[in-house]
Amino acid sequence: MKRAVSVAALALAAACGPGDGPGSLTVVSWGGAYARAVTRAHYEPFEAATGLTLAREDYNGGLAEIRTQVDTGNVHWDLVDLEMFDATRGCDEGLLELIPDDLLGPGADGSPAAEDFWPGANGDCGVGNVFYSTVVAYHPDRFPREKPAVLGDFFDLERFPGRRGMRRSPLVNLEFALMADGVATDEVYAVLDTEAGMERAFGKLETIRDQVVWWEAGAQPPQMLADAEVAMSTAYNGRIFNAQVLENQPFVIVWDGQVLDIGQTGIVAGTPRLKEALEFLRFSSSAEAMARLSGEIAYSPTRRSALPLVTTHRETGVPMLPHLPTSPQNLGRVLTSNTLWWSDHLDEVNERFSAWLAR
Amino acid sequence: MTTGNVGPPTRARLRAAGLTLPLVAFVGFSFLFPLGTMLSRSVYDPLVADTLPGTLALLEEWDGETLPGEPVFAAAARELETALDARLAGRLGGRVNRVASGMRTVIVRGARAAAEAPAATARETLIGGDPAWGEPATWRAIRAAGERFTARHYLRALDLDRDAGGSIVRQPEELRIYVPLLLRTLMVSGAVTLLCLLLGYPIAHLIANSPPRRARWLILLVLVPFWTSLLVRTTAWIVLLQTHGVLNSLLVALGIVADDGRIAMIYNMTGTLVAMTHVLLPFMVLPLYSVMRTIPPHFMRAASSLGANRRQSFLRVYWPLTLPGTAAGSLLVFILAIGYYITPALVGGSSGQLFSNMIAFHMQTSLNWGLAAALGGILFVVVGALYVVYDRLVGASSLKLG
Repeated sequence: MKRAVSVAALALAAACGPGDGPGSLTVVSWGGAYARAVTRAHYEPFEAATGLTLAREDYNGGLAEIRTQVDTGNVHWDLVDLEMFDATRGCDEGLLELIPDDLLGPGADGSPAAEDFWPGANGDCGVGNVFYSTVVAYHPDRFPREKPAVLGDFFDLERFPGRRGMRRSPLVNLEFALMADGVATDEVYAVLDTEAGMERAFGKLETIRDQVVWWEAGAQPPQMLADAEVAMSTAYNGRIFNAQVLENQPFVIVWDGQVLDIGQTGIVAGTPRLKEALEFLRFSSSAEAMARLSGEIAYSPTRRSALPLVTTHRETGVPMLPHLPTSPQNLGRVLTSNTLWWSDHLDEVNERFSAWLAR
Repeated sequence: MTTGNVGPPTRARLRAAGLTLPLVAFVGFSFLFPLGTMLSRSVYDPLVADTLPGTLALLEEWDGETLPGEPVFAAAARELETALDARLAGRLGGRVNRVASGMRTVIVRGARAAAEAPAATARETLIGGDPAWGEPATWRAIRAAGERFTARHYLRALDLDRDAGGSIVRQPEELRIYVPLLLRTLMVSGAVTLLCLLLGYPIAHLIANSPPRRARWLILLVLVPFWTSLLVRTTAWIVLLQTHGVLNSLLVALGIVADDGRIAMIYNMTGTLVAMTHVLLPFMVLPLYSVMRTIPPHFMRAASSLGANRRQSFLRVYWPLTLPGTAAGSLLVFILAIGYYITPALVGGSSGQLFSNMIAFHMQTSLNWGLAAALGGILFVVVGALYVVYDRLVGASSLKLG
């Protein structure tokens, strides 16, 4: 048995040979437009600056793969882009390396990192790279006269008839429902903490349920809007931006009530290439690198000093500022997703959500 | 006849058996071993018991109603601090959170308080970290999560729970999800199997009775979609069936439906059935074809020469002879359909959530592998039971996969 195990281990080691040398790091990101953006903004400049090579992999989020690697002691991913929610959980579960306090450099204006980053952007195990936002977007042709202007209009089927697209998950949707129902942004999670608040959120969703088309992947909402499958949809702002500037779609974003999330980068626990991985994190979290990323895709930097460095979209020359979630003109009513609350409640709420959907 | 072939194992026979060893080892390593470890997770979870042994030992004496005494708090504070140092506090919190929602942060905050802000007594320390430590419910949750061997995951997978007294009760209605989902999954799989049979049987018959040249082309038509990526085929159905898609626009152009009366054919059960049937059809056609090809055409002629009309000769001669293929195709399609989730997730709308989607959720997002394993175990048992029923009715030996 023992011998069989070691033979299998040898075979595995041989299988993952190239790309795992000391001079190379494996970086894992979301794929699609985001992977292209980080490749241009972070990976290629880092390779040019350090001479290290980065092996790229894509994944769909979730911690299952990281957990398998850590539990079996066969870590071949080094740096992973994570949703804040997974970064928090992964840190709690010991799947990610702790980030040393002194890792992050000062901002472009010389202010220390602690003041430069938005509060809450960094976790114990993850460096906040971007703000992305879930927003409501619509196709103007579907509403020839009055246009939707506030989040509440998404739930108003009388004034704005037509099918709605929503992500098939309780995340963000419950927050949208409560905000549309008049709950102030700073009270959303306190209300959700009560049974009455939970019923209120599901009750609000119930009012449009017959008209909802549920989506799974971020690429679906722009497609459904373009195909007139839905008149309005919740969507990631970067996807809508891409459809606007690269495909000339006339979609309009309703920024009111947007839900901000932070995308983090973390280091898989136990990687033999910790030093290089930390070096990369320091590089990619500089204000300049962040501003470069916002020139590729419509997500905001998490450093204050990086925002003034953002100019135009590299591919099309469109000015980026109006399209970023944290631009002053888009920061009317904003909710920052509370990952701590969700890490406590997602399991239970998801069961409730699935049962509600199936009813 | 030499004795080597029938007597006790000889060197030659051992060598022959040795040739199967790589396969046996492969199946053992890649199938039985992971399956076993995965299933064992559904009942065995030692993490809490190993991390809080002292606390749990003291809690055994506790009545479960009043707040435990200082020794329990002291043991918990000490063991939580150790857990925090070993970076196990979050994992621990996650386990207790599965017993009572909201416990993750309570545990982590308690551990942080024990490590960073010790007060005069351990009780004040933990309650200072999170007031929930002052409630007996927290301690009950820890005690429940401390079971090394647990039926909890299977109970949850069957929409059951234990009440405060420990007896098994049904979950409140808004949390009952897995049993209805399992029933719907079985129903969808059954419907897809039936549709595949209805569509696949005539196709297979046509191919089996065509001249070889044409049969080759027809087989190719069946196989080309089979070689195409699943996602592409699913997306193609979206293009065809959506509200402003090809089919609806055609119907509107022909004046069959009004422009504002377009039919919803996707993002509902119709879409799920159409797309899944299309994806799984080759698995029905191929075994049927391979069986039908072996039925000599003169059997049917013999039947009619003995006075049977077309219907009789089909029902009493042809159909029974194709039964092995029908059975194999149906079993194949049904079992594949039961584990399906990408297609229903993309085209199924609100009813597109099937049993496997929940398994994926607990593997990927909630990291509750115990519950995922229990759900998988239940699916395994259901499929096993169906196989046994099938074996009784049709006989497994009659299976012909081609």
